[in-house]
Amino acid sequence: MNARAKGRGGWSWANLYLIAVFVILYAPILYLVYYSFNAGGTMHGYDGFTLEWYGEVFSDTRLLIIVLNTFVIALFSSAISTALGVVGALAIHKVRRLQAKNALLSLNNVLIVNPDVVIGASFLILFTMIGLKLGFGSVLVSHIAFSVPIVVLMVLPKLQEMNATLIDAARDLGASGWQVLSKVVLPFIKPGIFAGFFMALTYSLDDFAVTFFVTGNGFSTLSVEIYSRARQGVSLSINALSTLLFLFTILLVIGYYLINRRSGKITEAGARP
Amino acid sequence: MKTNSRNLYLIPYAAWIALFVVAPIVLIVYYSFRDIEGNWSLSNYAHFFTPVYMRMTLSSFWYALLITLFSLLVAYPTAYLLTKAKHKQLWLLLIILPSWVNLLLKAYAFIGLFGTYGFANAFLESVGLGRQQILFTDFSFVFVSVYIFIPFMLLPIFNSLEELNPTLIQAARDLGASPWTTFRRVVFPLTIDGVKSGCQAVFIPALSLFMITRLIAGNRVITLGTAIEQHFLVTQDWGMGATIAVFLVIVMAVIMAVTGRRRRGARG
Repeated sequence: MNARAKGRGGWSWANLYLIAVFVILYAPILYLVYYSFNAGGTMHGYDGFTLEWYGEVFSDTRLLIIVLNTFVIALFSSAISTALGVVGALAIHKVRRLQAKNALLSLNNVLIVNPDVVIGASFLILFTMIGLKLGFGSVLVSHIAFSVPIVVLMVLPKLQEMNATLIDAARDLGASGWQVLSKVVLPFIKPGIFAGFFMALTYSLDDFAVTFFVTGNGFSTLSVEIYSRARQGVSLSINALSTLLFLFTILLVIGYYLINRRSGKITEAGARP
Repeated sequence: MKTNSRNLYLIPYAAWIALFVVAPIVLIVYYSFRDIEGNWSLSNYAHFFTPVYMRMTLSSFWYALLITLFSLLVAYPTAYLLTKAKHKQLWLLLIILPSWVNLLLKAYAFIGLFGTYGFANAFLESVGLGRQQILFTDFSFVFVSVYIFIPFMLLPIFNSLEELNPTLIQAARDLGASPWTTFRRVVFPLTIDGVKSGCQAVFIPALSLFMITRLIAGNRVITLGTAIEQHFLVTQDWGMGATIAVFLVIVMAVIMAVTGRRRRGARG
């Protein structure tokens, strides 16, 4: 209505602005992709097409192990944090007193709003105190820890949407506590669980700051590895790697979009650094 | 409630809260009162209130403010136009997509884009401005940070614009308000919650950036986040690092209290 009243001029300015934002958002990524095929070995001056850097990525055993580590950590941590988060959401949902509920929610949100650096530093102190060796274990535990609250936030609205009479009906029909959970509650909140799992996955794959603090020597994830390589300057194998990761991200997003299309909104997913 | 519906779920969840929410904060506070030899002291706090750290704190706040402001200036019109666009869900998805690309890769891309022979300089040269030092300046730091934070500002604003009842705008127009007045008196006040949670989602992380300061600003900008990283991982002065962390936690709590409860949407 508003835009139409302004006529075609207003409409095209609006589109121009959106396209400009869009171009700026994608420029760095496409820049990386473009130069990943550069035979010249730098991120300027295109000297011709090559797949050399991709070959380098696939022959770099150390890098491949790091990629594998990253995915193993992501899958384990998101599976475990999804389970914990669902339990947490059920716990918060069951609390009847509003004050207690709000207190729990605030505690839940601490790890979401706390700066990554503070989380990383405090986890480093925690792991040192309890004597957990820095490496795979500490990274996995911290990824689980910071993914739990987002799963809770994804599942809780679904629980609130659920009609309480559904549970009463199931109980009246003689369902046990476990049957109510597995046959009524969990199927109902399934979209929330999937969304939570997906978010946990992206949190884990993307995390740099927390991992950087608790990784110790000898164990590395992709983010940490890219950081240390980028500090040494430009190397086009990072470009090749980022192209592959970008393609993977697109696949992941399409998959998520397809899963979530049934429940409608993609805006609930949120973004992630 | 029935007796068999005791809240057993609370046990693992409360354990998680105790171990990973409460304990780390307690430990950080504890360490902030220990000096480098491990004795109880207030020396870290005394140190924190010296001009060196005060200047660092002020500049962190200043940069975080700039980053938040520019993100808002870019994201609000974008969100507004998105709600008017024809295929808005698709557009939104396309705009969020880059935020799912690993942060490190985007920062790395800017090293290439802003480098001496990079695209930005080639562009400047072609319009006759000549080569400039772009990388390792305040400008590049703010630009890259804004780039990274735009989606977090955009989503909550988009959500609150979507919730806005369009009949209110029509009513304002019918009653003779100009588009600008409608925006200022109707649209913006009604979406202020989205703006608040967007600012919160940007300001707090912007205060504690450390990776971008190292890669893009080349240690020219030292934020509180950089200082924490330095103390924990380089100089091993955990007490001082913990003190700065305590300060950040307090700032976060204050911002949370001021901007109110956060809504669903982007994460910080």
